[in-house]
Amino acid sequence: MSATNEYGYNSKVEGEVIVSRADAVINWVRRHSVWPMPMGLACCAIELMAAGGSRFDISRFGMEVMRFSPRQSDCMIVAGTVTYKMAQVVRRIYDQMAEPKWVVAMGACASSGGMYRSYSTLQGVDRIVPVDVYISGCPPRPEALLDGMMRLQDKINTEGSTRDLLRNRPVRDLSFQKQESGS
Amino acid sequence: MSTRLPSILEEYPYLSERDSADHPAFNCPQDKILEFLDHLKSSKGFDFLCDLTAIDHFDQNPRFEVVYNLFSTHQHEYIRVVTPCRGEADPICQSAVSLWAAADWHEREAYDLFGIQFEGHPDLRRILMWDGYPFHPLRKEFPLAGKEVEFPSEELTERTGTSVKPAPMAGGPFHASQCGSMVNREPRADDESWNELNEKTETPDAENAIPRELRDRN
Repeated sequence: MSATNEYGYNSKVEGEVIVSRADAVINWVRRHSVWPMPMGLACCAIELMAAGGSRFDISRFGMEVMRFSPRQSDCMIVAGTVTYKMAQVVRRIYDQMAEPKWVVAMGACASSGGMYRSYSTLQGVDRIVPVDVYISGCPPRPEALLDGMMRLQDKINTEGSTRDLLRNRPVRDLSFQKQESGS
Repeated sequence: MSTRLPSILEEYPYLSERDSADHPAFNCPQDKILEFLDHLKSSKGFDFLCDLTAIDHFDQNPRFEVVYNLFSTHQHEYIRVVTPCRGEADPICQSAVSLWAAADWHEREAYDLFGIQFEGHPDLRRILMWDGYPFHPLRKEFPLAGKEVEFPSEELTERTGTSVKPAPMAGGPFHASQCGSMVNREPRADDESWNELNEKTETPDAENAIPRELRDRN
């Protein structure tokens, strides 16, 4: 007897109906169609470009559609050193992006100011925008970026999307505001 | 060193020779600087302004000097001209934009970071820091970590409720020694008495007013 077990959806058995949670469906759609906004400010942007190339191929995760317009993207990848002069631009572009939206701080500079402990550099982009994923490295290798994006996918998967559809997604606190309210 | 250049000292009696490790260098008084640069450009062939920058001597007089690095594209020679600025807190220098258009942005940079006013500059605005930044960061008394000021845009202040904060130095800046064993060449903080875990003990302002490298000199 040939043992060919068929797993998965069988329309004859299921009657062309799938039962699931709305959150599961919405999150499944969202996490496989992240449209990144490449906020390339320094050398990390080169690694970001490499991640888009054929060798590392970010399109395996449905993220290859880099949009340079905040209106068409939902994940801002801050790749590089954010100076105070540039900070206002980063924040404005973040504000222009439509909900739901996420922020990835790519590399040491975007995460903490990196080696630029100086008067001109913002000490971490989480001071001005809520960051979902921090990626270490100076710059991170494309694999690290892909790993960070997969962690972002995991995070999207846990969101209560249906709840947020019915009312506005809450404006998220910045990291230092969370610490202040928590203590 | 070119054979022609020593004759410059005889030709322009107001010049004095300046110590230099590489190219010929001269000190020129502030009131003669444009005249001298014009001569260098028109009759000596120094047609290319490589760089224009400034030096802050902190407790010396004159405090600020402006440095011109010139190049002759015909003779392939470099020359360096240094001129002291007039004034202590608000140093003033004559603008060289009329001679080299390249001086425009260099002078804006020197104005931005040192606060040197260039007389005759067509558009003397800040070039690196944002408009309205109250300090000149490369002056010796300015701390590397910066000082607390408002964000450059009101929108950002309103959205985030924070401001430009001094960077956490944790005893830094960090320097790596050029000699000794591998262990000693690791980058080390200048002041290892404090770091992220141990708070810095407050020092009197009078001591902080003198830059670290000058404090050690005495």
